[in-house]
Amino acid sequence: MNRTYELMFIVRPDMTEEDQDKLISTLESAVTSTGGQVKNVDRMGKRRLAYKVRKFQDGIYMLLTVEGSGGLIHELERRLRVSEPVIKFLTVRIDEEQKRLDKIKAIRDARRKTSTAVATPEAAGEAPAVTA
Amino acid sequence: MADEIRATSGPAGETTGASERPDRGERRPPRGGPGGPRGEGGPGGRKYFRRKKVCKFCVEKIEAINYKDVRLLTQFVAESGKIVPRRLSGVCTPHQRRLSSAIKQARNIALLPFAGRAS
Repeated sequence: MNRTYELMFIVRPDMTEEDQDKLISTLESAVTSTGGQVKNVDRMGKRRLAYKVRKFQDGIYMLLTVEGSGGLIHELERRLRVSEPVIKFLTVRIDEEQKRLDKIKAIRDARRKTSTAVATPEAAGEAPAVTA
Repeated sequence: MADEIRATSGPAGETTGASERPDRGERRPPRGGPGGPRGEGGPGGRKYFRRKKVCKFCVEKIEAINYKDVRLLTQFVAESGKIVPRRLSGVCTPHQRRLSSAIKQARNIALLPFAGRAS
């Protein structure tokens, strides 16, 4: 049962690049060892927090897109909780929402196709009338 | 026409009930919401034309309401940090549901404040 999740987490602003790399690679190895798959790693960079978290005003945001089972997410969240530099994290399941969006997009595309198909003969019919 | 009369008389009743709440008037002045002159709620006193509110998401065909899209979400958060109610923003029910959950997720990850302005 594979699901797609988004893990967004914030690390302390004074964390060095190497430490960030290390953290990400340990998370990735945890994902792959439990049969999951890392789809994307996005470093969103330093950002001002909307409120203070552990006395920090800023934080470095990171986004991990992961495919795997619920147990994998459980393990990842445990790791994030115990790792000291991570000050906040949020996991969101995104596959169902994505499915819904794709469905809507497909419907819209189909509708557009039919409307253009109807429109072209009309235009063809109109054009000679104008010239005549 | 009948709709409009109902629309004017309905909220007029609400403002009298909600006028104790101080947080009301600051919210969206350009929308002409409560806080505007609405003293004459009586019969035939409809002096101010109010534009019909429309759902931004339906009109602009925005389907993806994501917690990462802070710029979109801040349009529906009041200065105090509260979620703007449908009655003021005009967002339709299905979209408001998604919107509120997205705002709550964004709050959780410190993209939006729980209360007050983002520091």
